[in-house]
Amino acid sequence: MIAFLIRRLGQALVVMLIISLLSFSIQDNLGDPLRELVGQSVSEAERQALRDTMGLNDPFAVQYWRFLKKALRGDLGDSYFFKKPALEVILEKLPATLELVFGATLIILFLSFPIGVYCAINPRSWFTKVMMGLSIVGISIPVFLTAIMLIYLFSIQLGWLPSFGRGATTMIWGYETGLLTVDGLRHLILPSIALSSIMLPLFIRLIRSEMMEVLEQDYIRFAWAKGLNRHRIWFLHALKNTLLPVITVGGVQIGTMIAYTILTETVFQWPGMGFLFLEAVNRVDTPLIIAYLIVVGLIFVVTNTLVDLIYGAVNPTVKLAGRQA
Amino acid sequence: MSRYWTLFMGSAFLYRFLRDKVVIVSFSMLLLLVVISFSAPLIAPFDPYDPTQIDIMDSDVPPVWQADGDARFILGTDAQGRDMWSTMLYGTRISVTIGLFAVLLQSILGIALGLAAGYFGGRLDSFLMRLADIQLSFSTLMVAIVVLAIFQASFGTELYNDLAIFMLIMVIGIAEWPQYARTVRASVLAEKKKEYVDAVRVIGLSRRRIMFRHILPNTLSPILVISTVQVANAIMSEAALSFLGLGMPVNQPSLGSLINSGFEYILSGSWWITTFPALLLIMLVLVINLLGDWMRDVLNPKLYKD
Repeated sequence: MIAFLIRRLGQALVVMLIISLLSFSIQDNLGDPLRELVGQSVSEAERQALRDTMGLNDPFAVQYWRFLKKALRGDLGDSYFFKKPALEVILEKLPATLELVFGATLIILFLSFPIGVYCAINPRSWFTKVMMGLSIVGISIPVFLTAIMLIYLFSIQLGWLPSFGRGATTMIWGYETGLLTVDGLRHLILPSIALSSIMLPLFIRLIRSEMMEVLEQDYIRFAWAKGLNRHRIWFLHALKNTLLPVITVGGVQIGTMIAYTILTETVFQWPGMGFLFLEAVNRVDTPLIIAYLIVVGLIFVVTNTLVDLIYGAVNPTVKLAGRQA
Repeated sequence: MSRYWTLFMGSAFLYRFLRDKVVIVSFSMLLLLVVISFSAPLIAPFDPYDPTQIDIMDSDVPPVWQADGDARFILGTDAQGRDMWSTMLYGTRISVTIGLFAVLLQSILGIALGLAAGYFGGRLDSFLMRLADIQLSFSTLMVAIVVLAIFQASFGTELYNDLAIFMLIMVIGIAEWPQYARTVRASVLAEKKKEYVDAVRVIGLSRRRIMFRHILPNTLSPILVISTVQVANAIMSEAALSFLGLGMPVNQPSLGSLINSGFEYILSGSWWITTFPALLLIMLVLVINLLGDWMRDVLNPKLYKD
């Protein structure tokens, strides 16, 4: 287990290094930091002198090393637009995005398992047929369209729910949260549904097909033959083994989910990281773009490593490094 | 040729196709959409790329059946005065083109790498599969958004707009190679153990010949199955990117950029600019997904049992 852990951590580190290298080369090629600092009137000689003192004429490797040292201390440069450290700007917006992801995950978990398991147990019922039909329609509707339809129906036509922003928020431990006020929660409903809309059918279908496969296996037949209670067979014996592939796919989907927050946040003008990122791109705010890439990269790497470790812990048949025969 | 024709006419594939109404309907829908979109220059009443045919005075005209409708514009016009129906036809053509070419690129890359990983095994295999894992965990959309955003920021919007279609194909094509590589690798591993591979090896055929002429043809059915779904995914990714303003520009809109341009007007009541392209996009993706689902059921030997 320890060897497995170390190997996974090493891999995570390599990925983070690659991300930082990519980010750095973006910084190197995108825009001229000098132009952001000085005006037109500065002469070429002065510019060169400034370049030398800022270290912009150093070799790539030297500059990259300097960037890496600063990045490890959490210094990713100041945002051109906000005139504040880029990392600080990103981290201010992080809770909004996390709340959105949290809301969507809750919806996915609480709907996909009951529906998926039901559809696997009763493959011929009318509810299953309706759900399978709906799920393929759901997979075919892009997230941003679901979001627009939700706004059109619930905000414009019915006027039940707000269509943009986070609403009233409260400060807790230095972070803004919308989870504690009714207004904030009302604002969270539509974006969460929109974000979960493409993942939900995917998970329903996945859980259904995995569960159906498990139900065909010999140990389940044996459990039936033994005369176990059917609820025990379904929810204990079968569901347990359905979980494994769901965990793996869930880990892969986290990346997709973060990507979709960009779309959802754009439609709902949700003040999160994704919305900020697109604004930064439009303003060519390089430090902010880099800070976003590094923060999101870190989220990916950490969640994927965690998922792998959980998988290794849950599945005893997984081949752990160093224990191979 | 006629031998293949009789083979096809007697196949279980065709038999099951003709027995399934949903599939016949979706296949005809897809065929119809592709044919009308690619013959857009012939059947569209207006040319949305020709500025002389666009009159700003015609902007925001609702569909014919509404009170202010204009008989020239069946589905109304958008905010720039372009006929919705014509623009949608041209837009579908762009979306389908990007989808097809991106999948072509994905499959070439993915099949080559998957074949190599599965056949040679060892270090190459574990390296390629690790790479695939990492790339998959970052999701295509994320990679595409980041890459396109950076290109747009460094090229400037002007140049970017000219290159948009090419960039979209490249990015969606390259980012999705792991899907193919994994599928091909898995079937290559299964095929490699079979006796016919041992037999051709004993005959002394070259590695390349064994790989491409003997193993590859036997991995075609899973490739076919994922190709359908991948086209649908590529079209969806393109729409999402265009919706974010990172894809096709306004003067050469795909379905996604049309939806984006209409989104600004939906609050002021011009629902048709968003709704019609959206319905077309959903229909296009849905029929491809239905076909893919059906193909998986038919071609997956695992399901033959029940």
